[in-house]
Amino acid sequence: MPDPIVPPRISRAEVAHLAHLARLAVTDDELDLFARQLDIILTSVARVADVAAADIPPTSHAVAMTNVFRPDRTRPSLPREAVLAGAPAVEDDKFRVPRILSDEA
Amino acid sequence: MTLTYEDVLGRYEPVFGLETHVELGTESKMFCGCSTRFGAEPNTQTCPVCLGLPGAMPAVNARAVEDTIKIGLALNCSIAPWCRFARKNYFYPDMPKNFQTSQYDEPLCVDGYLDVDVDGQNYRVGIERVHMEEDTGKNTHVGGATGRIHGAEYSLVDYNRAGIPLIEIVTRPVPGTGARAPEVARAYVTALRDILRTLGVSDVRMEQGSLRCDVNTSLSPVGSGAWGTRTETKNVNSLRSVERAVRSEMLRQAELLDAGERVRQETRHFSEVSGDTRPGRSKEEATDYRYFPEPDLVPVAPDPAWVEQIRAALPELPAARRARLRESLGVSAEDMVQMSNAGVVDLVGETVEAGAPVDEARNWWLGYLTQKANEREVDAADLGVAPGDVARLVALVADGTLSVALARQAVDAVLETGHDVDAVVAERGLRKVSDTSALERAADEAIAADPDAADKVRGGKAAAVGALVGAVMKATRGQADAAAVKQILLDKLGGGV
Ligand SMILES: [Zn+2]
Repeated sequence: MPDPIVPPRISRAEVAHLAHLARLAVTDDELDLFARQLDIILTSVARVADVAAADIPPTSHAVAMTNVFRPDRTRPSLPREAVLAGAPAVEDDKFRVPRILSDEA
Repeated sequence: MTLTYEDVLGRYEPVFGLETHVELGTESKMFCGCSTRFGAEPNTQTCPVCLGLPGAMPAVNARAVEDTIKIGLALNCSIAPWCRFARKNYFYPDMPKNFQTSQYDEPLCVDGYLDVDVDGQNYRVGIERVHMEEDTGKNTHVGGATGRIHGAEYSLVDYNRAGIPLIEIVTRPVPGTGARAPEVARAYVTALRDILRTLGVSDVRMEQGSLRCDVNTSLSPVGSGAWGTRTETKNVNSLRSVERAVRSEMLRQAELLDAGERVRQETRHFSEVSGDTRPGRSKEEATDYRYFPEPDLVPVAPDPAWVEQIRAALPELPAARRARLRESLGVSAEDMVQMSNAGVVDLVGETVEAGAPVDEARNWWLGYLTQKANEREVDAADLGVAPGDVARLVALVADGTLSVALARQAVDAVLETGHDVDAVVAERGLRKVSDTSALERAADEAIAADPDAADKVRGGKAAAVGALVGAVMKATRGQADAAAVKQILLDKLGGGV
């Protein structure tokens, strides 16, 4: 458990903001729960900083590779039926999506 | 109260900046093998990668990286030795993945510039960055007014365009252009388009959306030294609109500032119809994109030797080509500006290379051919008359085969038929009648047919000769040299000088 004197690494308000950005409906009880759990996760991950020395650059990949390219050649795309099969709604061979802007400008 | 443009400049200093998106002309998409062909049936060019299906693994298109480096080098940028892609997270149905793969704080090319010329004056536009990203799908808004997103009941999405390599070129803010701000903005996009076309990396067709501009504009009170709040105008889809968008924002912001109000930092949309900007809405109320390094793509680290190889293979860029042409043609700076404004510099150069004297080549392209291009509302380069055709016409006039009037008829025929000059000259029997005895006979006949006009000329009214010249030209089906005909008539009637 985190040291109670150390302020939490993520606030309840930040969790609510992230939930909104991810379009997740989260109850008040869940906000409390997730904020607590995320704080534990972040604190655990932050322990990496204890061993990271100044001469070790941060990395975003597990493997030290660069320049993985593919040649500019086309390959067959998926059949349209297959592509649209997963769409909740289809019209004119396009994905039909709900109204994008909810309020009038 | 309506401000004039001069009022605005008397009180405010404009600063503009441009973000230009270019769709590359690669065969396949940025991270998958789907075709990039324009105009395909909806949703026929998608796959698990560009649809963001679980487990799909993207891989970077090598040609797109090379093309981006070409663009960076042509814009005098430094090429980053190491950079990454990032995820730009947002919810908007134009991306099925719910994020766009883009470069964020590590662009491939940085710190360049592009020199542009407006009326003979040079302006240096700083380039902040050139980065790689992917295009989004295309939304069609249904219901509501005129297909706009506002008031639409729902939207239809075609993902063929999602994942096409897109390059964003961002300028630094450009101050100090004063009254010419709108023209410099336009000249920058024109110069950029010419470079991209010369590099062969994009078809740069603004009307098809392969080149798109967002224009940032702000005003600051003259002498204040502080920059004002900027607005970002989207949907600027022609060169002319770039100029109009800057100008209309300058006027709109000046009216607000004059009234003691503040300019709101916001996204606005340009209307081609009204020529002004309207408030728009960004994709997310809060622009909290939570960028993070793309874990499915490894960093791009261009080998310096490869970069130098690309640099060495760059084609001659438009500015250098023009400088060389100016040098070799020996034209004046004013002529160069005029030719540049008319978009005929290269055409004149090629006509000269095809054997025409410089003055003739310039006169044809700035005169009759520009007139024809304007009538047809196309660029001179797209008129359909090749520099070789023009050189041939010049030669035919020089050796006396054609008069200038007949040469113009030949141009009209080339435009009508698409055949070359020699073909239309043969098909239409265009040939100057230089046989003097034939012209003498035609002149005698014209005098006999119109004794009134002949009397007037004899009486000293030289202008009356026009009717007789017309009659001779008609009789010879326009193939006589009008000046020679006039001289023959005046000699016969003794009324001339
Ligand atoms: Zn694909």
